[in-house]
Amino acid sequence: MTVEAARAHRVIAGRVFRYGDAVSTDALFPGRYTYTHTTFAEIAPHALEDLDADFARTVRPGDVLVGGHGFGCGSSREQAVTCLVALGVGAVIARSIARIYFRNAVNAGLPAIACPAAVDALAAGDRVAIDLDEAWIDTPHGRFGFPPLAPNVRTLLRCGGLVPYVRERLRGSVA
Amino acid sequence: MSDGEPSGATPRARGLTCVEAVLARTSGRGNADAPLPGEIVEVMPDFAFSHDNTAAIAAIWRELGQERVAIAERLAVTFDHAVPAPTPRHALNHAEARRFAQEQGIRHLFEVGRGICHQVLGEEALVLPGQLVLGADSHTPHFGWMGAMGVGIGRTEMAAVWALGSIWLRVPESIEIRFDGEPSPWVDAKDLALWVLGLLGAEGGSYRSVELRGTAVARLSLAERATLANMMAELGAKCAFVEPDDAVFEYLAERLARRTGCGHDEAAAMARAGAVFPDPDASYAERHALDVSALEPQVACPHAVDRTVSVTTLHDVRVDQAFLGTCTNGRLEDLEAARRVVRGRRVAKGTRFVVIPASSEVLEAGVASGAVADLLAAGAVLGTPGCGPCMGNHQGVLAPGEVCVSSGNRNYRGRMGTKEAEIYLASPAVVAASAIAGRIAHPAEVCAGDTP
Ligand code: SF4
Repeated sequence: MTVEAARAHRVIAGRVFRYGDAVSTDALFPGRYTYTHTTFAEIAPHALEDLDADFARTVRPGDVLVGGHGFGCGSSREQAVTCLVALGVGAVIARSIARIYFRNAVNAGLPAIACPAAVDALAAGDRVAIDLDEAWIDTPHGRFGFPPLAPNVRTLLRCGGLVPYVRERLRGSVA
Repeated sequence: MSDGEPSGATPRARGLTCVEAVLARTSGRGNADAPLPGEIVEVMPDFAFSHDNTAAIAAIWRELGQERVAIAERLAVTFDHAVPAPTPRHALNHAEARRFAQEQGIRHLFEVGRGICHQVLGEEALVLPGQLVLGADSHTPHFGWMGAMGVGIGRTEMAAVWALGSIWLRVPESIEIRFDGEPSPWVDAKDLALWVLGLLGAEGGSYRSVELRGTAVARLSLAERATLANMMAELGAKCAFVEPDDAVFEYLAERLARRTGCGHDEAAAMARAGAVFPDPDASYAERHALDVSALEPQVACPHAVDRTVSVTTLHDVRVDQAFLGTCTNGRLEDLEAARRVVRGRRVAKGTRFVVIPASSEVLEAGVASGAVADLLAAGAVLGTPGCGPCMGNHQGVLAPGEVCVSSGNRNYRGRMGTKEAEIYLASPAVVAASAIAGRIAHPAEVCAGDTP
């Protein structure tokens, strides 16, 4: 059995933080810190600072951000993803996810899932569980499926992002 | 539109667009099982390149714990963004990249002054039609001029490509933009690009593969096709395609033969071998058909590429600096277009005219043709082939309060060195006319009375 297969089947579980359409990279991580704040410790407190000042204090590992259309639109700044990773955010669920944000998210090990039906149903504070391999989201309002992520993307997410994935792949422990 | 090329032995389950054909091959899936738009595939690029960011990518790559990059023979490094090095820090950055290239046996290293990555790789025929090329640079859709799939990627992603020789990509939807009709004499490919940006907006091609065709595209010079494909980056496109024709194959064959020493016929066959053409039943998310006949030269106003207007609507926009250059418009044809406007005239008092050829080959050709002499005689200043002030990295940056008309591709606030400057984007002819007039001007106005 490969290391990959032996790894625990990961289920993400947490509470919902709900926002609207077009949550931009500026809203996720203010541009004024992009060139001065680089480490997890530095960026984490500023996550969503201009959108929800309480977010960084109240979010707990596994919690899930829910948004509308165009989640992560705007600049390509990677901190808009890594500030969430730094806080342990479990996943992003949105109606649609901006292209570069999706790439940055996957490469940083943050699942970004487009699932309009779940977005319609979810309210702030709801508890959700997400299974990436089986492609479903459990909510208090029922279970919602989403198009399964490509196998290589799932592997990337399971490894925690592109850099750890490449390291493991070079060691031969993942395909 | 699949005329000319046989689709090969593999059967196709459905009609493929250009990008679908490239990804069918590079993912190993083949035409019969070609991945659909929206699918994520792992693909093997045919070529990859980086520029002044090479040392930064190398630092990330070293963290991956690999000793030799996996695809050294398919990598190129160009020094272009800040050349020659303006500060010891820039010099150190170049030195680290040189050391890295030497250590890893990266042969395709293009020194300071050779030119801008996108231009040089074409001149060297290091990329061929139908290939997938990844660049650590956002204007990589440029390679659409030859019908290659050029995709810009981030630094961490490039480090991973060096390590694995592969990358994951989402198969994009395709859109078709047709340009037909006969453009007026002062309208060129830059105007077509700016026009489309105004019509569709800077997000208009977001994540899409843009296929550019029509009679007005088929007639474009290779240089102009590069301008058009390059600007699709501003439309948000992942990649762009212009269908390659004999002119493209011949250009590449000649260069391939020169670089590799192979015979011309062999080089010509190599240039054609991978070319992709869309199937007649390929499906497009959008199709746009535009008639260029009535188009006037276009100008993108500060501070957005899609704030485009016709040059005839701009009166008395003072110009402190006119800049001719960049990967978008720094080729011989662009120098020649500017020369036609400035020959026998002088740059306006109070205006600077900065000319930076996109490559050493362009510079040499411009010297040979006399275009450089005419530009200098008119009062232009010449910079080292490279990016120059395009992104505010090198000589020719602006002062607060200044206005620049540039043949480049981006006019976002702060792009050319200071947030307090204004950048207008236009074609080489409009840039040259504005240098002469000292304000944004239609070339026809400056050249009124010239014998055609
Ligand atoms: S010329 Fe400008 S747009 Fe082109 S590669 Fe250089 S900096 Fe980028």
